[in-house]
Amino acid sequence: MSRVDGYGRIDRSRTVTVTVDGTAYTGHPGDTVASVLLAHGARPQNSSVKYGRPRGIGAAWTEDPVGLVQVEEPFPEPMLLAATVEATDGLVVRGVAGQGRLAEVPDTARYDRKHTHCDVLVVGAGPAGLVAARAAARAGRSVVLVDDRSAAGGTLTGTETIDGRPSLEFVADTVAELAALGVVHLQRTTAFGHYDDGFVLALERRGESARTRQRVHRIRAGRVVVAAGAIERPIAFEDNDRPGVVLAASARDLLHRHGVLAGREVVVFTSDDAAYAAAADLADAGASVRVLDARERAPQAGRRRCEERGVPVETGTLVHGTRGEDRVTAAVVGPDRREVPCDLLLVSGGWNPAAHLASHVGGSLVYDPVIGAFRPAELPPGVTVVGAANGTFALADVLREAGGPEAPVAPAQEWPEPTLVLWRTPGDPARQFVDIARDATVADVERAVGAGMSHPEHVKRYTTIGTAHDQGKTSGIIALGIIAELTGRPIQEVGTTTARPPYTPVAFAALAGRERGDLFDPVRTTALHAWHVAAGAEFEDVGQWQRARHYPRAGEDMTAAVLRECAAVRTSVGIMDASTLGKIDVRGPDAPVLLDRLYTNLMSSLKVGRVRYGVMCGNDGMVFDDGTVLRLAEDRYLVTTTTGNAAAVLDRMEEWLQTEWPDLRVRLTSVTEQWSIAAVAGPRSRDVIGAVFPGVDVSAEAFGFTTWQDTSLDGVPVRLARISFSGELAFEVTVSSPYAPALWERLVEAGAPYGITPYGTETMHVLRAEKGYPIIGQDTDGTVSPHDLGMAWAVSTKKDDFVGKRSYARAENRNPLRKQLVSLLPTDGATKLPEGSQIVAHCDDGRLPPAPVPMLGHVTSSYHSAALARPFALALVKGGRERLGEVVHVPVGDELVAARIGESVLVDPEGARRDG
Amino acid sequence: MQLITCPWCGPREEIEFSYGGQAGVAYPEHPASLTDEQWAHFVFFRDNPKGPFAERWSHNAGCRRWFTAVRDTRTYRFLSSPTSNPELTS
Repeated sequence: MSRVDGYGRIDRSRTVTVTVDGTAYTGHPGDTVASVLLAHGARPQNSSVKYGRPRGIGAAWTEDPVGLVQVEEPFPEPMLLAATVEATDGLVVRGVAGQGRLAEVPDTARYDRKHTHCDVLVVGAGPAGLVAARAAARAGRSVVLVDDRSAAGGTLTGTETIDGRPSLEFVADTVAELAALGVVHLQRTTAFGHYDDGFVLALERRGESARTRQRVHRIRAGRVVVAAGAIERPIAFEDNDRPGVVLAASARDLLHRHGVLAGREVVVFTSDDAAYAAAADLADAGASVRVLDARERAPQAGRRRCEERGVPVETGTLVHGTRGEDRVTAAVVGPDRREVPCDLLLVSGGWNPAAHLASHVGGSLVYDPVIGAFRPAELPPGVTVVGAANGTFALADVLREAGGPEAPVAPAQEWPEPTLVLWRTPGDPARQFVDIARDATVADVERAVGAGMSHPEHVKRYTTIGTAHDQGKTSGIIALGIIAELTGRPIQEVGTTTARPPYTPVAFAALAGRERGDLFDPVRTTALHAWHVAAGAEFEDVGQWQRARHYPRAGEDMTAAVLRECAAVRTSVGIMDASTLGKIDVRGPDAPVLLDRLYTNLMSSLKVGRVRYGVMCGNDGMVFDDGTVLRLAEDRYLVTTTTGNAAAVLDRMEEWLQTEWPDLRVRLTSVTEQWSIAAVAGPRSRDVIGAVFPGVDVSAEAFGFTTWQDTSLDGVPVRLARISFSGELAFEVTVSSPYAPALWERLVEAGAPYGITPYGTETMHVLRAEKGYPIIGQDTDGTVSPHDLGMAWAVSTKKDDFVGKRSYARAENRNPLRKQLVSLLPTDGATKLPEGSQIVAHCDDGRLPPAPVPMLGHVTSSYHSAALARPFALALVKGGRERLGEVVHVPVGDELVAARIGESVLVDPEGARRDG
Repeated sequence: MQLITCPWCGPREEIEFSYGGQAGVAYPEHPASLTDEQWAHFVFFRDNPKGPFAERWSHNAGCRRWFTAVRDTRTYRFLSSPTSNPELTS
């Protein structure tokens, strides 16, 4: 056991059991998987991705490039760092051999998100963040403080003094004061992405006992203070990937947070002063420690502290490599390759500001040769960086920089010795690991530079340095230094790669939050949905709507059900829920002017009480939507749109009205959900409507095609309209949605003597296709004009202008080879052509000519027809109307199916059925 | 995600808005008098400057009104406080 009494902020009164690679280890609340393992002198059984070399724990937090584990229980999660996974009872993890494994079972945990607005967001609850938050809160600002670790304090260990008190007392008091001032203070919360205008995403790990496992906080802050600290920089040497090579400050962190001594025989290799604190603290905790300082001079204070503890300090000394099998047993030191036995080799090459969040929003970095790292330079408005993240490392300076006028004080650093910037020591480049996570060595960087790459972004992609779970938190700067060295340029000219979100890996489940499964997208159902469900309907999604597609009876497949429903409509009567049609109330004295400009046909001439089919195009003259228009009053219309296009049509109408014709006095209101529509279609529909509405004269003379009438049923207003999308005699019955189920029941009841048959969208599609009525978006694709659809009759020649009109005068619009809507009848009378099939010229030998085969068009709709007793299709065919009667071929799988081109209207071309 | 200032609602999240392309492209007074090329320029051709660009935006998930704003295409930043369509505010 390497647990040291008197150290650590763990709850020693309780134990937790964690199983790693099949072995149960005991730890305490406050431990991580890494600290539990190191307390037992163990490591996860993991190995590197490329060379399969053993990997240990390399650091105490998110910068660790190597200590990856696969969590198995309570829920499988791949590639988490042992150093960041909190030890909880019953946790089961395994080491990772190269790559992790995704869960194969559904994740039943809840993930959610929360929106927060504040004046100031402070990222990091170390000394800089705490005093920055305190200053802002004392000034009356609303403050959010987030920190990724389990407790506030950052790198403070308790050995420091702030305002004359032990530092952790200061931390506790400050946390209490922040709470009293109403600061929203979240620990275990990583700000992982920073976006424009103070928008920050932060992931809160709430734990397995919480109702929500993880929560994404979406924080919009007036000012963002980045106090994210710094990341210790390693130095590359031979076999620096060996387990037991650890960042110096991480060993200190493990001791002070978790009471764990990561080694008994410790060599500290440093080019920086900070590692002396680790040397002294580990010696105090009982380790045998030796310091090897790369610099010619050791810092006075550090040397004195070492002398007091009997820790030898050698200056001007470099570690060249390591010895050991699956863990380090000795450091190879100096040009004579002297072996210094150790079970822990601590490394410190200085510190890199963790300014990632400033870079996310375009903050620039500048190389500071004194610290050997890039620090923030120009920052976007509203962003400040304080403390170590800003390259300010001494505690006294950090507090002064972050704390404002009331900043607490700490003793000044005694006689610091400048950091020696050292990327690597002499040795075999193929064994010096730059990115240990990626098994990328100095030799790989040499190869990249040798291949002509000099920009770090290129080297990164060539070597994969910086692309692992840690995103190069420790390796990035080393790579830059070595590129500079190899290309003979100053590092500031080499530049950097760009830090992008997320700062640490974020599970997709957390990003998805509750928007998954049934909540992925809103589901819209009509007022009649329950009836359809009870009637056994199969549903299809149309946009967000669920529409009844057909109502299969026992033993029926869709083809059989649809044929039965089609036959019922053509021979007797059917009823369909048409409530999902988009409905827009167009009101105002200039409503006729607006509609005349938006539709290809005239709407101002439509009389009150009448209905007209209309086509809407874009400026390019291509069909955008279609639907019926009811004139309700001189200054009021009801426009219907296709189901899927309702919002887009309203948007487009608003756009024209607001941006081009703001002088028009018109208001547009969506009433899609307010009104429900039952379409009653078939030769017996008049009998049904007449029975339900005895006061209405439903005769062809009194109630003509394309007219509407208002009536009522038991005092509830109802609108009847003679509109047909099947070619049959038909009525659309509109009622306020809450009354729709009752009205529907009455219609079904009245239709019972005629065997009224509910029919769905699939049947509706077949019926309309038999009549050659296009579905916009199925038979069209944005390149089809009304003329291509054979709807020149719907394009007014009387109006001076309307949206799209000018485009019809283009020569291309008169090109006889434009694709035109026609029908296709497979000559075998049996094959249903797959929708989307290409159409080619007739091939005499029944085989495709050599590629490229000219394409004549494609099949847009294809069904079995009850009325025709055969399959048929609609198709867009080049020059189709000139080819009526011609036989073409349609490749279906390996076969060529012959089909004859015909008029688009196949059933009742003379329109005799619409009046019953 | 930027905050965009709607002239009626104030600053709102970018996702509430939809983009409407270049501002100030007026519908031709007499489309019929244009050549095919001139008409094609109106329908399809838009400026693509590097720098300030006057654009149309719609507060689609909010008040649903259109407005014009100047944005720098290099930085994405909105340069002007968006102005409303004067006819709409009267």
